[in-house]
Amino acid sequence: MTLEHFMDEAISPWMRDEGPDSDIVLSSRIRLARNLQDIPYPFVADGSKLQGVRDFFKKEFANKAFDNYEEFQFIPIDELSAVDKRVLVEKHLISPHLTKYTKESAALISNNEQVSIMINEEDHIRIQLYFPGLQLRKALEKSFEVDNWLEEKVTYAFDERKGYLTTCPTNVGTGMRASVMMHIPALVLTRQINRMMPAINQLGLVVRGIYGEGSEALGNIFQISNQITLGKSEADIVDDLQSVVNQLIEHERNARNIIMKESGIALEDRIFRAYGVMAHSRIIESKEASSCISNVRLGIDLGIITGTSRYILNELMVLIQPGFLQHYAKKTLSASERDVLRASLIRERLQLEK
Amino acid sequence: MECQECHERPATLHFTKVSNGKKIEIRVCEVCAKEKGYVSYPEEGYSLHNLLSGIFNFDTFKMESPTIQQVKELQCPHCGMSFSQFKQIGKFGCATCYETFEERLDPILRRVHAGNTRHSGKIPKRAGIDLQLRKELGNYRSQLQQLIETEAFEEAAKVRDKIKELETSVKKPEAGDHS
Repeated sequence: MTLEHFMDEAISPWMRDEGPDSDIVLSSRIRLARNLQDIPYPFVADGSKLQGVRDFFKKEFANKAFDNYEEFQFIPIDELSAVDKRVLVEKHLISPHLTKYTKESAALISNNEQVSIMINEEDHIRIQLYFPGLQLRKALEKSFEVDNWLEEKVTYAFDERKGYLTTCPTNVGTGMRASVMMHIPALVLTRQINRMMPAINQLGLVVRGIYGEGSEALGNIFQISNQITLGKSEADIVDDLQSVVNQLIEHERNARNIIMKESGIALEDRIFRAYGVMAHSRIIESKEASSCISNVRLGIDLGIITGTSRYILNELMVLIQPGFLQHYAKKTLSASERDVLRASLIRERLQLEK
Repeated sequence: MECQECHERPATLHFTKVSNGKKIEIRVCEVCAKEKGYVSYPEEGYSLHNLLSGIFNFDTFKMESPTIQQVKELQCPHCGMSFSQFKQIGKFGCATCYETFEERLDPILRRVHAGNTRHSGKIPKRAGIDLQLRKELGNYRSQLQQLIETEAFEEAAKVRDKIKELETSVKKPEAGDHS
């Protein structure tokens, strides 16, 4: 198995499974930051040390299988083309940070794309694990198993009082960031989300756009994660996040019902117009595409559009990204060329559903 | 003392400016200091790291006090990171930095983690064994202290032997060194 299979499909194999509440929650993610005890952190350590870390992980974990997660492929980031890097970032298999700062960075990605272990990111080791729908506890359990599996071979930097010692003080302690990707169009439409955000922030949680820090909430997709990593156990942090997410789900469902009841025909119009744009446009920018995809997905969730699969949103959101489009075209594309290809890929994808 | 610029508000900021080898004393209020550009207050476009280093620099407002001067010279023996560098970058250079800067860390961590300074989550298996031993050691040591105080020397000798035994097992090099 080679790199290509991570590149060719916009949707990761694990996304095809439906998780709990997957009409609203796209995925649950756990990320653990870990460092090796005796080696300076990646932004300080010299190249030969980091190369040593990378070689060690290749030797110990490349092509090894963990549990039922199939084999891990070892990918040295500096050997990838710019487009390949971008595709991996767009699929959330690696972080943007991994491609930017350290020459000796690498990723171990499981063949089903559910687990990635990033080497020499901001920390020596970043484990990330996805589950479809709202399954934070399960994701946490599995992430601990991966963590223990790695620990059979390495000694982590750890302090009894401060916990896992990370590069950034914002991660110290558990080193854990739990996050949930949510599609909440009705909360955006009714502007309820603006009122909820300050309250969510006060609970020590952060709300961001789909591609993390500083990114826009394209397609009404929001990422909600914990900010505090010290003083609370991983399980408590995850439970707190889960309860906020549960409330958001409830509010979103209520808002959907109210919109349906009070302006059903307007909503239907909005959804079918979006479908029309997707099915017939010849040029489309990513912002417009994201908004249409969101509306169509809402239509599928509400039973207004039938015969189209729900995970089309997950797939198209990646498919329309600049990196993926250029990978598909196998050449560099200008912005306007991308808009044309984007429109044609979306049309094709909808045709497939018929 | 009044502000030398506006002669209205009290002078709360004192600067010493050295130009052409001459020392000039400046005593101004905060408002005039800002106006005259003696101090700058960045107001827009905070990135997370700006914000962090802002948080860290909070505790340097008394630059002249000797203890903080000493802290400024603190340098990590393992990676060479100094405390002032750490505050500027907002990142640790290595695991040893946590020990090196230990005394200055809690206020920073409290700000970042809603008042928390102590980990209460997962413990790594390997370091965990070591931790358990150390916890046991601590217990025995306080036990020993008590026994000596109550002059129960026979018991104390037994506890002392247990401590010695534990100490040797803690010092044993860890298996599976990866370097």
